Amino acid sequence: MTITMTTTSPPATRTWTPVCPLDRLEAERGVAALVDGVQVALFRTADGLFALDNRDPVAGAYVLSRGIVGSRGGVPTVASPLHKQVYDLRTGDCLDLPGVAVPRHDVRCRDGLVEVRLRREG
Amino acid sequence: MSERVSRLVVVGNGMVGQRFVDALRARDPQGRWRVTVLAEENRPAYDRVRLSAFFDGVGAEELNLHTPDDGVELRLGEPATEVDRERRLVRTAAGEHPYDALVLATGSYAFVPPVDGATLPGVFVYRTLDDLTAIREYARGRRTGAVIGGGLLGLEAANALRLLGLDTAVVEFAPRLMPVQVDTAGGAMLRRYVDGLGVATHLGVATTAVRSGPDGTVAGLELADGTVVDADLVVVAAGVRPRDELARAAGLALGPRGGVLVDDACRSADERIWAVGECAAVDGTCHGLVAPGYAMAEVVADRLVGGVATFPGADTATKLKLLGVDVASFGDAHGATPGCLDVTFTDPATRVYAKLVLSDDAQTLLGGVLVGDASAYPTLRASVGGPLPAPPLALLAPEGTTGAGAAALPAAAQVCSCNAVTRADVDDAIAGGCADVPALKACTRAGTSCGSCVPMLKQLLDAAGVRQSTALCEHFDAGRQELFDIVRVRGIRTFSQLVAEHGRGRGCDICKPVVASILASLGSGHVLDGEQASLQDTNDHFLANLQRDGSYSVVPRIPGGEITPEKLIVIGEVARDFRLYTKITGGQRIDLFGARVEQLPQIWRRLVDAGFESGHAYGKALRTVKSCVGETWCRYGVQDSVGLAIALELRYRGLRAPHKIKSAVSGCARECAEARSKDFGVIATDTGWNLYVGGNGGFRPRHADLFATDLSTEALVRLVDRFLMYYVRTADRLQRTAAWIEALEGGLDHLRAVIVDDSLGLCAELDAAMARHVDSYSDEWRDVLEDPVRLRRFASFVNAPGVPDPSITFALERGQPVPAGRATADEGRQPVALGMPAVRR
Repeated sequence: MTITMTTTSPPATRTWTPVCPLDRLEAERGVAALVDGVQVALFRTADGLFALDNRDPVAGAYVLSRGIVGSRGGVPTVASPLHKQVYDLRTGDCLDLPGVAVPRHDVRCRDGLVEVRLRREG
Repeated sequence: MSERVSRLVVVGNGMVGQRFVDALRARDPQGRWRVTVLAEENRPAYDRVRLSAFFDGVGAEELNLHTPDDGVELRLGEPATEVDRERRLVRTAAGEHPYDALVLATGSYAFVPPVDGATLPGVFVYRTLDDLTAIREYARGRRTGAVIGGGLLGLEAANALRLLGLDTAVVEFAPRLMPVQVDTAGGAMLRRYVDGLGVATHLGVATTAVRSGPDGTVAGLELADGTVVDADLVVVAAGVRPRDELARAAGLALGPRGGVLVDDACRSADERIWAVGECAAVDGTCHGLVAPGYAMAEVVADRLVGGVATFPGADTATKLKLLGVDVASFGDAHGATPGCLDVTFTDPATRVYAKLVLSDDAQTLLGGVLVGDASAYPTLRASVGGPLPAPPLALLAPEGTTGAGAAALPAAAQVCSCNAVTRADVDDAIAGGCADVPALKACTRAGTSCGSCVPMLKQLLDAAGVRQSTALCEHFDAGRQELFDIVRVRGIRTFSQLVAEHGRGRGCDICKPVVASILASLGSGHVLDGEQASLQDTNDHFLANLQRDGSYSVVPRIPGGEITPEKLIVIGEVARDFRLYTKITGGQRIDLFGARVEQLPQIWRRLVDAGFESGHAYGKALRTVKSCVGETWCRYGVQDSVGLAIALELRYRGLRAPHKIKSAVSGCARECAEARSKDFGVIATDTGWNLYVGGNGGFRPRHADLFATDLSTEALVRLVDRFLMYYVRTADRLQRTAAWIEALEGGLDHLRAVIVDDSLGLCAELDAAMARHVDSYSDEWRDVLEDPVRLRRFASFVNAPGVPDPSITFALERGQPVPAGRATADEGRQPVALGMPAVRR
């Protein structure tokens, strides 16, 4: 399988989109959200909130939100539920396959609401 | 050698004859030799070494060694009657078989001493499956038995008579039991065991006659000292003689004690005629063990394809379990070397005897005998001919026997004799980066056959300074078994408490599911309750099996594979209404593919309402207990296999384990349910059930081993309870039962000691743990459907729960939906449904 590295996410919006109340996010787990047609994986861990593309770049399926979160040497991580590659929740970099990464997005909590802002990665 | 096809005739289809044919065929892929095998018996080659297992309920099929081969014509029940060397053909009652090469593998026959009455009805030899069948038939309703011969075969026969319910006596002409293998003191220790089993022994005395009773059948033995031994049945096991009559009649030279005289290439004076196994006298000496026979088979196979192999000499080292006693003998066991020294150890309390034979300067190990505890055998045998690996007493005292051993072995010592792996090979592999036993096994093949050298492999790793980490992952230094005990003993109920007190960091996809499984095994409520939910792999998190496109599959439980038409219709309707790809699984149930997360509760609502429950296809848990239809319908069935399979499946459903667990029940020895490929398999016998453990299919298929025989249903369930609970408690992460048993020090014997003899005093605890599991079982899917909080996570998108995942689309293949538009590497594009069959990899 060829893995294309350059990403062409939909146009980055500068706006924050409210997604759900914070308490809808399970601790130490992820959920999927649909933001402007883009599938986003949201994670709530003891290190804070994180947002990545939901698409597993290796398998091509939209499943990253269903991975197990944890840490590797202090780095907050999620493991793909399909073939267990581990990604840095902060940057989207794959820690097992050099050069592989998943796009990340901005996420914050305002007044008990989780908001997402899509990003374009360079 | 020319390219034309040559004709090879093999006379005899015993273990060595079969091994020879296999070895030749493996070396002759082009089929330059057309092979004809003439067999005297009506069944193809079987494992004669394990013949006695027949009385443990092991069927003839299981002992079979023969695999069909189109390049070999096997003529059963057609013994050779004459070799015509002039015309180069072998005659049988049915015709003539010309040869370019002839291999004699006729084996040996049981020697019957020429005493009066030796041919009376009720006198048997112990040589073939037919002999054993006849013994079993004749023993029915009789009370007493006697065996002439106290050697290896004689003791096996005595045990068989004992198992058949006869009061048994053994008569041996030599002054001790097993005179060939053990010395006087070892024989004395062996006799204590035999006495303990209630088998009478008469040693140092000849049998002078076999007595007949009034009905003309055997009634007893008369001994030279005047003793009369009552016996309704007599087995003669007084040694074997080579079957050399064909060679003799053909004018070939014989050895001084019989046997076809051959050189070290196993070739007779006639260059076209070879002999292998017990009928061959290699340079004049016959060998009665199977290992030298196999070596001869390899030599001749090599020669026939142009090789130059020679017979390396016989290794007579033996280790066996006789009547439950470990006996081993190796090297110069009787101290025949001039000037040699004996070091012996005798402990009547534990009934252990050991002897080492050393060179006159006490520097070199020459041989030895072990009775009662043979754990030092691998180390000692590997050290024969070299310096002692440790002071003699340290080697002989039970326990710690192998402690000093392996590390001190010389480089050339053979560590794994099954696969001819030396210490140097193992050390090279360790230097090359092998850091644990599995890596060593993969790299050197050591320990992959009988496994008895696995403890030595561990010691060699230790000796090389390789720390064999049992750490689960970077978050826990403990392995799974240790974590299990910590959680159990300290009553820890959450992952966060465990990682805070006994680990570090936040956990990962390795340790979290392991801890989730441990918590589940210890009965900590629903797998999706509280923090436990976050630990689960996605399969357990959604109680369904994740597929490659991000959809899930659904498997309702169909216990034993039995299902009513009504329920079958419900599954069909659900599959139709949700457009699910439907396939029948290998576990006798039905898998429904292509469900999206938000559909799972709707699907299960319908299934639960119809009486289905979770099949745990998604969990490291009991999957199914397959069954054949059993005696209810089958003409051959002897027990209700379906009924038992359902009972077992319902008893163990939902039991979380280190890996998946599969099982099956067959209603007769024909084994249609394939129970021997399962973690635990049950096969019906006339009087109960045989239990097999440690089988699996998969990457490394393995047949399960016979664990216990003729069990009542109650006894069977008790053993399976303990087997499963002990496995759940002590196995490593993702370790199936086969690998677990292999890794247990002592293997199957250890397992038997723990769960049958309760050697660790654990059984009551294991029983109670299983009782708790059975009592607390509740269907995971029903529980989810009743709880709105648990149901909430079955949403496609947290902010758009009604929108289906647009990436999951289907095409039709053979009339069923399959994933469409295999996800491509192109970013940002949604897969499109194709109007034609998808291409399958």
